[in-house]
Amino acid sequence: MTQPMTLADTPAQARPANEALASSGKSSRVRKEALMEIRRVSKRFDEVLAVDDVNLTIRRGEIFALLGGSGSGKSTLLRILAGFEKPSEGQILLEGQDISRTPPYERAINMMFQSYALFPHMTVAENIAFGLKQDKLSKAEIRERVAEMLKLVHMEGFAKRKPHQLSGGQRQRVALARSLAKRPSLLLLDEPMGALDKKLRTEMQLEVVEILERVGVTCIMVTHDQEEAMTMADRVAIMSDGWIVQVGSPMDVYESPANRMVAEFVGTVNLFAGEIVVDEADHCIIDSPELGRRIRIDHGISTPADERGVWVAVRPEKTLLSRERPEGDFNWTAGTVEDIAYLGGLSVYFVRTEQGHLVKVSLANTTRRSERPSWGDAVYIHWDERSAVVLRD
Amino acid sequence: MRKPSFTTVMLILGLLFLYLPMLILVIYSFNASRLVTVWAGFSGHWYIELFRDQQILDAVWSSLRIAFFSASMAVCLGTLAAFVMVRFGRFRGKTALSSMITAPLVMPEVITGLSLLLLFVHMAQLIGWPADRGMVTIWIAHTTFCSAYVAVVVSSRLREVDLSLEEAAMDLGAPPVKTFFQITLPVISPALAAGWLLAFTLSLDDLVIASFVSGPGATTLPMVVFSSVRLGVSPKINALATLIILAVSLATFLAWYFMRRSEAKRRQAMQLAMQEA
Repeated sequence: MTQPMTLADTPAQARPANEALASSGKSSRVRKEALMEIRRVSKRFDEVLAVDDVNLTIRRGEIFALLGGSGSGKSTLLRILAGFEKPSEGQILLEGQDISRTPPYERAINMMFQSYALFPHMTVAENIAFGLKQDKLSKAEIRERVAEMLKLVHMEGFAKRKPHQLSGGQRQRVALARSLAKRPSLLLLDEPMGALDKKLRTEMQLEVVEILERVGVTCIMVTHDQEEAMTMADRVAIMSDGWIVQVGSPMDVYESPANRMVAEFVGTVNLFAGEIVVDEADHCIIDSPELGRRIRIDHGISTPADERGVWVAVRPEKTLLSRERPEGDFNWTAGTVEDIAYLGGLSVYFVRTEQGHLVKVSLANTTRRSERPSWGDAVYIHWDERSAVVLRD
Repeated sequence: MRKPSFTTVMLILGLLFLYLPMLILVIYSFNASRLVTVWAGFSGHWYIELFRDQQILDAVWSSLRIAFFSASMAVCLGTLAAFVMVRFGRFRGKTALSSMITAPLVMPEVITGLSLLLLFVHMAQLIGWPADRGMVTIWIAHTTFCSAYVAVVVSSRLREVDLSLEEAAMDLGAPPVKTFFQITLPVISPALAAGWLLAFTLSLDDLVIASFVSGPGATTLPMVVFSSVRLGVSPKINALATLIILAVSLATFLAWYFMRRSEAKRRQAMQLAMQEA
């Protein structure tokens, strides 16, 4: 590879076992060869950098998610890939060919729009046939392909309907069929579930992934919903301020976040500021006044001598709650339960520590109405030395 | 009898204010008397008179032709202007273009008419065209001010159209021109129809500009009506006005009826889809 991968890729390579676990079901169809390469792409709107020096390699057959908040540049990047925006700098290579200046109607890339953008004056079948007609396919061929697409999305009975006669989920199926009809080498999905209600969303997420895998198309999706990205994608790129902050499998970005921003953006996290006092090959010890106690971590982190200040991140579900004082001198503190959010499947406890910090602890409700700590109870929080992650900035 | 509420009274007063003059006109079109203001019994003979008057019939025919051609031309030009204003990115003189396109809406007709007359006269002197003023000059004049109205109607619709519709068409392989004709035009067609009807009515209605730029050969209906009124209103004009009112209300009623029917159909289909989902 001529282009250096982003630094954020390193944790993914350092943990091959993790990645294999994360995508054991999907990895069979994902081949290592690159379908698309995005090289140093930037986009400037009136001196505002929307996309800032992005490098990405998309592998053939994978579902890749760009995850980020609004204004992170993810939609602009997708529009650059589709050809609706020209990059200010950089190159986009599709199957080795530079397509940075190719207009959208000459790219072998199709897109499913957030609003679906179904043509209101055409029937479902005409919508799906539109792209095929542009390719000057014969009538019989078009009819055959349209029928095949309708079958793929289970909409055989709706060919003669107009878009306004369909429900939201049905419209999405038609939009998906239309964008797959030309057999693009790359499919772009812009907030694919954005227009659906929550219940339908979970249903469609799995169905869309199933369809995409059956067709075997490579896919880049843009979303602000981390659950959606983690459900659907093989790999996730976290974007912020036009940058790619981290690329990796959903498990990588959740369990080994590259920095504080990723840790806070993907899921929730408890953070403690501290200073490294011992850094050995097999463990390190961090002194954290915020916790009032030292933190021990089961691996060394080889820090430069002048950068001792770090953050220790512990996920709420890995933070444990008990009434008895934990043993040992590390990784625990005392506090009182300030608030409890009962969410059905799990409860989130907000514990105010003696040092005045609010720590979130989530407990799975594995039994019905069992004895649990209640408001105002004195409790201890603690965690295993394998659970915490050390982060910089 | 129950005392009608205040709002009902106001409604009736408002309707009377709007439609009483027309009602009187319709009644007096069946007046037997030669004098417009004196009732002398029921008669339909002014309608027969009307259809014998070749001058009025000619004027109606040329008015309709001018209105048809002006409206069609105005829809073409106005749509182009609207598309440039809404869909093109920023370019030099865009603000100037959009404000100048809408300027004829507020320009007094006298000024528009006079300036067009001067233009035509000078053009005739310099390049020998138009040799004499008539249908063509009225057509050009009406197209200029009707285009402004069409541009306003179409651009407001175009702004509402989801841009991703056009992007989707291009994404599926349709070049920009094909996208315009296959996607944009059909989607904004209701606005085109509305713009065409508006332009048609404005052209049919116009007296001032037509009087300036018309020549001896071409007389539009408003010109005939206005000149005959100056010589004393003939009940024939009442009969003509009644026929126009009839035509307009019939057209409005039909438009309303078809719109209601398609709306009901649409709602039914929507309900069906929701039930299935």
